[in-house]
Order: sequence, then structure tokens, then C-alpha cells
Amino acid sequence: MDIPYAVEVRRDTGLTNGKIGIWLFLASEVMLFGALFASYILIRTGAPSWPRGDTILSVPMATFNTLVLISSSVTMVMAWASLKRHRFETFRMYMGVTILLGLVFLVVKYFEYSEHIHAGEVPSHSNFLAIYYTLTGLHMLHVAGGMAVNAYFWGPGAKLWKTNPEWFTNRVEHSGLFWHFVDLVWIFLFPTLYLL
Amino acid sequence: MSDQAVVAPAHAPHEAHHHEEMGFWRKYVFSVDHKVIGIQYGVTGLLFLFFGFSLMMLMRWQLAYPGAALPALGRLIGESRMPGGTIVPEFYNELGAMHGTIMVFLGVVPLAVGGFGNFVLPLQIGAPDMAFPKLNMASYWFFFLGGVTMLASFTAPGGAAQSGWTSYTPLSVIAGQGQTWWLVGMIFLITSSLLGAVNFITTTIQLRAKGLTFMRFPFFVWAQFVTAFLLLLAFPPLEAAGVMQLMDRIAGTSFFLPSGLVVSGQVIHNAGGGNPLLWQHLFWFLAHPEVYVLILPAMGIVAEVIANNTRKPLWGYRTMVYSVIFLGFMSFIVWAHHMFMTGMGTAMAAFFQTTTMIISIPSVAILTSLIISLWGGSIRFNTPMLFALAFLPMFGIGGLTGLPLGLNVADIPLHDTYYVIAHFHYVVAPGTIFALFAGIYYWFPKATGRKMNEMLGVIHFAGSFVCMNVIFMPMFLVGLAGVSRRLWDGGATYAFSQPVLHLNVVSSWGAWTLAIFQIPFIFNFFWSIWKGEQTDANPWQATTLEWAAPSPPPHGNFLVAPEVHRGPYEYSVTGAARDFVPQSEA
Repeated sequence: MDIPYAVEVRRDTGLTNGKIGIWLFLASEVMLFGALFASYILIRTGAPSWPRGDTILSVPMATFNTLVLISSSVTMVMAWASLKRHRFETFRMYMGVTILLGLVFLVVKYFEYSEHIHAGEVPSHSNFLAIYYTLTGLHMLHVAGGMAVNAYFWGPGAKLWKTNPEWFTNRVEHSGLFWHFVDLVWIFLFPTLYLL
Repeated sequence: MSDQAVVAPAHAPHEAHHHEEMGFWRKYVFSVDHKVIGIQYGVTGLLFLFFGFSLMMLMRWQLAYPGAALPALGRLIGESRMPGGTIVPEFYNELGAMHGTIMVFLGVVPLAVGGFGNFVLPLQIGAPDMAFPKLNMASYWFFFLGGVTMLASFTAPGGAAQSGWTSYTPLSVIAGQGQTWWLVGMIFLITSSLLGAVNFITTTIQLRAKGLTFMRFPFFVWAQFVTAFLLLLAFPPLEAAGVMQLMDRIAGTSFFLPSGLVVSGQVIHNAGGGNPLLWQHLFWFLAHPEVYVLILPAMGIVAEVIANNTRKPLWGYRTMVYSVIFLGFMSFIVWAHHMFMTGMGTAMAAFFQTTTMIISIPSVAILTSLIISLWGGSIRFNTPMLFALAFLPMFGIGGLTGLPLGLNVADIPLHDTYYVIAHFHYVVAPGTIFALFAGIYYWFPKATGRKMNEMLGVIHFAGSFVCMNVIFMPMFLVGLAGVSRRLWDGGATYAFSQPVLHLNVVSSWGAWTLAIFQIPFIFNFFWSIWKGEQTDANPWQATTLEWAAPSPPPHGNFLVAPEVHRGPYEYSVTGAARDFVPQSEA
């Protein structure tokens, strides 16, 4: 049985099911990270003293990672745009680069984490580190999740291109929306944790 | 409206062929059909309701006869929890925390939203299925995992969670391992409800039948639609809080632990600087909208049953729709009325008591519309209608007794007493659960093609109605006398509670008798699946779209894609051939 408006747009709403679905999902994600940011503000304003992020964390590494994620958002758009132009091989290349950039982000993050852990700066050390690990950890899970979905579309999911290119393009667009959201969360995390 | 066909052209050829010859597992267990998933949710929810109720019946023994050994049954629970048949305080706390958790998150919500929402909503909007059938299946299985985790937590060292269904910090952070299981279970349940909510909203917006504008929705659809938004936006903050509590428990952080916390005479060595009240804020940011998640689907069911059995349109349909939207919005800004006792400033208290008074207006508007709808109707007193009619005064009592709790000053003496227990149980037990029973009796013919037995239904109703009031009405008096909730001995050690202690016995016998009156329901439910009176597609002569599908509807629901030509409740229209005009009738 087929579900209507999975591929074609419903005329009175102007949307496909997937487009509404991903935006609703992102709305709930905003509430998730919003609650954590709100908790961060409450704990920080209630603390007698609070370290500046750059006295503990590595700003150069995070700056590098910010550039990596922003670049990956650009390549993500290029991947989708390639599909729109029916250039499947170009899509594969850009999608591959997007996934690799995600991987670079995670590797840099791994070095950051292990440096802190070796220095004894574990989550229980202070509330600054507690919120740092919680926020960035949850964000990393989102990066990994986005990479998994992208890898699926790069690999086995790409079969759909042959049978239903429009549906496949939509799916990549939705995955891209999620990827941009993950990027955007980092753009809030970076100044909040590292600079303020 | 556009002129495109309601059923889309084939776009997934690889899926189109093999649904005819699905095996047992694909058809009944890992099904993507919204009706099967709805029934799975409904049956699982009913089982959990029964389990949660059983926990309560054990607690009621301890409250009625504190410290007395429970005959026979007491020995089965084991020496660590009930030595010699007497409930130890730790076990009582387990029962209390898990009763609340199971009733709310594993019983009522899965039945009201997962069950009725899944089964009825796509049918009522004329859709072939939910917008994302696979996510729908995933939603059920995440719920199932959450339920299994919660049940398994009883085997954890030290038993299941013991910090109340609210899991207030710092108590819950220093509690035994069961609390960790509770948090993991909650994360599964939150994932499940997120997938469900995305699906419900998308389905409602996208898969409406041709001609079904928003103001032609049955009220049930509106109620589920608003509920889905509450689940979508209110649950993530609790997930964030759950993650932080997990961090506190596992990674040793101090989000909710203040500096210098002393437990049993020992200073806890932790980083400190956390804020125990932060948990309460995040918890109630979910849990107040959650109250409306419990009540809105119930109102939706009652509206359907009342319109059908008064043979009249609902009075004030538009008012009800605007009220339910406003109510959904307001439910996000009333949460701190649960926290008047935490020492918040007067400005904050004034704000939250004002919003709380405002939110009572749309609730009253909906209830009043439903009551006025009865006026001048030729009412059919069948079982669903009896439950729906009982819902009105029961929810009314529950709602009105909530007003003093919403006022800062009146809340202070009443907070955490049995008055609160009586108040919210009137809303949820003889309120929501009665509406859910109404829904089961009302839509049973749609799911099975057979009616449930009326005689047994009336016995079930009459017994439950009396027992519910015997249980909860005395609790108002106990609470007004000042007896706190969550006391292992029901207040027996306090002098001031002596004059009301005998009421605990009354409530307990009410609860046990209520269990007996569920036997006709359980028997009726299973007996009617095979032996009930066979019915046609529209046994109640109803107008909404689900009755235009065969009973039970096949995979894909409608034989011909329905078209909608009128509003949802065209009963007793002057000049019409019958006293009802279905929405799909041209």
C-alpha cells in the first residue's frame, strides 16, 4: 500500500510528508538543546565563580572544528544540488566529503576529550566540565547519527535513485536539514562553551 | 481544495506486491498497519493499567491496615519486600513510584494516544494509514522496550525506582540502581512518543481526505492533533533532564546536587554547585502538558460518543476547537504551580497562579459545551454513553477541586496532601479512564466487527462508577485533615490524622471492589471478540468517516477513497432521510 504525498507535494499544503516530519523533529530537537542551554544558564548564574572557557578548553581546536562543520554544510548543499541537476556521481563525491568532514570533527573531538581525561578533567570535576561533556557529547551523538544517515544515502540507500530519483532527492534534502541543524547547534555551543 | 485523487499513484513498486501474503510476524507483531499498531498499543496499555492498579491494591492494604500481614498473597512477594507478609517501607516506595510511572507513561497515554490515536485518527480523516508507517512501528517497539525496562527494574539490586513518579532530586540521584533503569526506560518512552507525535501531526495535516478541511474535523482529531504538539515539544526537556540525572548518577556530575549535601550524617563528596530545583522545573515543564496529554484525548472520545448518542451536533464546536488550541498553548506556561512550596518569589507565584486560572477557562468552555450538547437530545443510554456521561461530572469534580491548588495561598496547606491525590485521580481515573472505557465500547465494533455485551457493560459501568467515588471522595476529607501523601502508614503515627484514619479503610475496600467490577469487562472484551453480536460497518449510525470503512477495515482502510462533503456531526438534520448524514455522503 502506498502513502500519498510521500513524493509528490500535496497541493493545499505545498509540502511532502517527509518535509513536515523533519521540521517537526527539528522543533523537538530545539526543545531538547534549549532545555540544556537553559540549564547551563541557570547553573552558571547560580555559581559563585565560573571559569572562562578558553582557560580550560582549546579554542584553536574548536575553531578548526567550526570551520570543518561549516564546510560540511556547504558540501551537503552541493550534494543535494547535484541531485537536482541529475548529476549522481557529483552527488556521491560531495556526500562522501560531507561524511569525511563529519569524521574529521569527531576525530578532533576525540583528541580534545582524551587530553582532558588524561589531565583528570572528567565530568565530575566541576559543573563547567559537566555541562561541557553533556552538551558536546549529545551533539557528537547527533553528528554520528547524521553521518550514519548520510552514509546510508551514499551507499545502499542510493539504490532509490534508479527507481525514484525525486523521492531520493527529497530524502537527501531532509537529511541535509538535519545536518544543518547539527551544524547550527555547534555554532551556538562554540561561543557558549569556549569563548564566554 | 485541489482536485487531485486522495489515494496517490504507486510510487513504491517493491512494496506494493507482497502485503497480501504477509506471514504471522509481519501481520500481527511487526506490523506497519496503523490499526494493528493501535490495537497493540491499546492491549499493552490495558495490561499495564491492570498491573499498575495491582500495585495500588497492595499499597491500599498497607494504608488500610498499616503493618498488618497480608494473608496468603503476602508470602508470594518474598522475604525482602514483605517479610511475614508485611510491606516494608522501601517496598511501599517502590509501589508508589512505579504505580504513578506505569499508570501515566505506560497505561493511560499509550491507550489514549497510541491506541485510540493510532486506530481512530487515520480512519476519521479518511487516510489509508499513518504518514510514516515504519516509524509508527518503531514507536510501538520503543514503547515496548521502555515498558520492559520499567518492569525489569523490579529485579534491580535494591528494587525499582523509589523516588516517586516525579523523581525529585537530590533524593533520586542518591537512590538505588532502580532509578537508573527508570531513567533509561523513560528515554525509550520519550523516543517512542516523539516518533508518534511527528507521525500524528504529519498525518493529520497531509493525509486528510478530499474535502476534509480543519473545521470539518471530528473533535477527537483536534484533540489528538493538539496532544501531539504537546508530546512533541514538552517531552524533550524531560529527556534533557533525564540525561543530566543519568550523568549525575553514572558520571558523578552535580547538576542537581548542591554543595555540602549531607546524607545520613555523611557529607557527599561531589563537585557541588548544582540546583535541585532545576529538575523540578524541567520535570514539570513536561509533566504539566502531560496532564493535558492525559485529558485531551479523553475529551475527544467523550465528544464523539456524546454527539452520536444525543443524535445532535455538538453545541459550540468552534468554541471547543479554539479552546483546545488555546489550552494546548497555555499548558506550557503553568508548570510552576506544582512548585509553590519551593520558595519562589511572589512575582513568579503570581504569574503562575494567573496563568493557571486562565487555563481553567478553556477547560470549562469545553466541559460546558459538552454538557449543553445534552440539552434536548434524545439520548441513547448505551454503555459508551454511560461512561461518557459519567466523565462529565467526574472530570468536573477533578477540575474544580484543582482551582484551590492553583492559587498560591490555598495551595500551601493542601500541597502534597491526599487532597491533591483525590483531585488528580478524579481527573484521570473516573475522568480519563472512564472516557477510555467509553472509547473501547464505542470503537470495539469497528476493530472487530462485533459489539460488546450491553448487560455486562452496564454492570461494569455501575460498579466502577460507585467504586471510583468510594475510593476518591474520602481522600478529599483525609487531605483536608492534613494527611500527607507518600506516608508508609497512611498517617497512623500522627495525632491529627486519627479522626480520618477509618476513611483509609473505606478507600481500600473501594479499590478492591473496583477490581472485582473489572472482571465483567475483561470477560466481555475477550468473549465479544469471538462471540459478540455481529454488526454492520456503522452500528451506531454515526456520521464520521471511520464508519464509512468496513468493520474491521482492511489494510489500507477504505474500499473507495472517501470524499468529505459536510461537517462532522450532522445529526437530526431537518429534511434528511435519516437522523444522521455521514460526512462522506454527497
